[in-house]
Amino acid sequence: MTVVESKSEKPAGWNRPPVIAPDGEGELLEVAMGPHHPSTHGVFRMDVALDGERVVRLKPVFGYLHRNHEKIAEGAAYIASMPYTDRLDYFCSLTNNWAYALAVEKLAGQPVPERAEYIRVILAELTRVQNHASSIGFLIQEMGASGTPLMYAFKEREKILDLFESLTGSRMMCNYMRFGGCRVDISAPWLDATRKVVAGLPAFVDEFEALLSTNEILMARCQGIGVLRPELAVNAGVSGPMLRASGVNYDIRKVDHYGIYDRFQFRIPLGDHGDIYDRYMVRVLEMRESIKILEQALKDIPAGPIMDAKAKLRGFRPKPGEAYGRIEAPKGELGFYLISDGGPNPYRYRVRPPSLINLTILEDMCLGHNVADVVLIFGSVDIVLGEVDR
Amino acid sequence: MKSVEEIKTAIEAAVPGAGVEFVSNPSPSAQHSLRLAPESAVAVATFLRDDVELAFDFLSNVTGVDWPDKEVTEKVKVTRTVTKTVDGPDGQKIDQPVEETVEETRRHVEPGYLEAVYHLFSVENKHGPLVIRMRTANRTDQTDLPSLTPIWRAAEFQEREVFDLYGIIFAGHPDLRRILMWPEFKDFPMRKDYVEPDDFEYEPTPHDEVLKRVQEHKNREQGAGNRDQEAAAK
Repeated sequence: MTVVESKSEKPAGWNRPPVIAPDGEGELLEVAMGPHHPSTHGVFRMDVALDGERVVRLKPVFGYLHRNHEKIAEGAAYIASMPYTDRLDYFCSLTNNWAYALAVEKLAGQPVPERAEYIRVILAELTRVQNHASSIGFLIQEMGASGTPLMYAFKEREKILDLFESLTGSRMMCNYMRFGGCRVDISAPWLDATRKVVAGLPAFVDEFEALLSTNEILMARCQGIGVLRPELAVNAGVSGPMLRASGVNYDIRKVDHYGIYDRFQFRIPLGDHGDIYDRYMVRVLEMRESIKILEQALKDIPAGPIMDAKAKLRGFRPKPGEAYGRIEAPKGELGFYLISDGGPNPYRYRVRPPSLINLTILEDMCLGHNVADVVLIFGSVDIVLGEVDR
Repeated sequence: MKSVEEIKTAIEAAVPGAGVEFVSNPSPSAQHSLRLAPESAVAVATFLRDDVELAFDFLSNVTGVDWPDKEVTEKVKVTRTVTKTVDGPDGQKIDQPVEETVEETRRHVEPGYLEAVYHLFSVENKHGPLVIRMRTANRTDQTDLPSLTPIWRAAEFQEREVFDLYGIIFAGHPDLRRILMWPEFKDFPMRKDYVEPDDFEYEPTPHDEVLKRVQEHKNREQGAGNRDQEAAAK
């Protein structure tokens, strides 16, 4: 019997030599987690090398959702990119709108009326509450508590999304902010409905916390896992709740005082150990602080116009120059960098995505932990692939 | 925070021969920037991070900008001497040199370059942004710049992205691979002269119109000469 040898060429890397474990004993197992792994919140891949259950290497692989948002935006008028920013981090479309509007307003020197600033704060803080609630829900889901905690979070999120829908016409793709104000004014019934929802939020957070914070399984799975040191966090550009869970006091609402955040009384929760549990706890406490801001903003909101009278809606051409504007989005520092050449389109349009940059240190956090913990550590970063891949 | 001019002075005092240039930003944002010479960029960046007063420990944003070759048309007044025939004193025609000033349109090409832009903040002292930028020598074969990833880890994925989409090669980057596009991809999609692929699909039984399209596609692939990542890296 003759053996027919296959003539087809094998792809490169087919016959790779086995990877030997660092201690010289045994072979490493290479696993591609994703892009269809249920824990990856979409299409994301981690190439993991395992020594038994232990992670010895982890390389994130991106780009499955890449559509070159920046190139598309450079071919469109400034305002035409506003609906597209909704699709970056589709959990927080309103903060995306705000970051883009803020950058353009900086570029054009465009003031914003007071009422519009209040509306922006209210919507951004509502967004933060629903984002943190659902991100915790997903984290618990990845811990194995399938469904129930997530549905508790989604129940509350649904009330907030109903408010977004009645104001902007859409639950998630809001497309609400404009350069120099907001698209439509809020009504008295909407304000009443919002006050009602906000009044119910503290009870929701209390219940959520009573069920979770001292839960034995949650503590066992989260404490001491995925520790991120503050020096590394700052050096790696980590921002948002991730950075503050490592104990670094840096919140752009307090540092930049963008919008009208200097008018509100609120505190910045900080973590102590920088592990998953601290990230969970910082998010819970941030929800409480957001509720405080919401209560103050809903009390103080003044009457007045929602668009600056001199704001240009058509034929908007900022003078040549550049600007970088950033806000504290629920996931971290969301920035937009724009260069204008005087034309109707931005010459350069860049999104600084917090989700992508917070993943820089994913490998550092995962090394030495079990595969099952990788899922949790990854979940505690809180990313959305629409923003990672853009 | 010190003004950008003061930071420039501080850099020049600390890093001799730094070659830092002030770049003004006319927009209302007034975020002026400093252009670093690639040779001294690492030393300057280390100073910006480690200086106690500046302490730019947080690199927020890294991005590329493409500035293609630009044809500049300018009008210049030129004075030259021409010989003109004029009437002489005795009624004869004579040639005489006369000076005249004419407007000439001159065209020249300003060579393009790629630019890397970094936005720095200070978590320690809560100030920023400081914008620093670097230029490559050209857009074709000398597109390398020093990597700032060894100084700020935050640049790791972002410099990979700039390499992927613009083709700037960051020397000293620990893991410079494509990040958003797939590894086999050629060309750099964020460049201004990038040509999108035609919607060509292989058909097993090409005929007539399809054959024509196949030929066009092949010509295009060969003629356009897509920028090759590997060739650029060499």
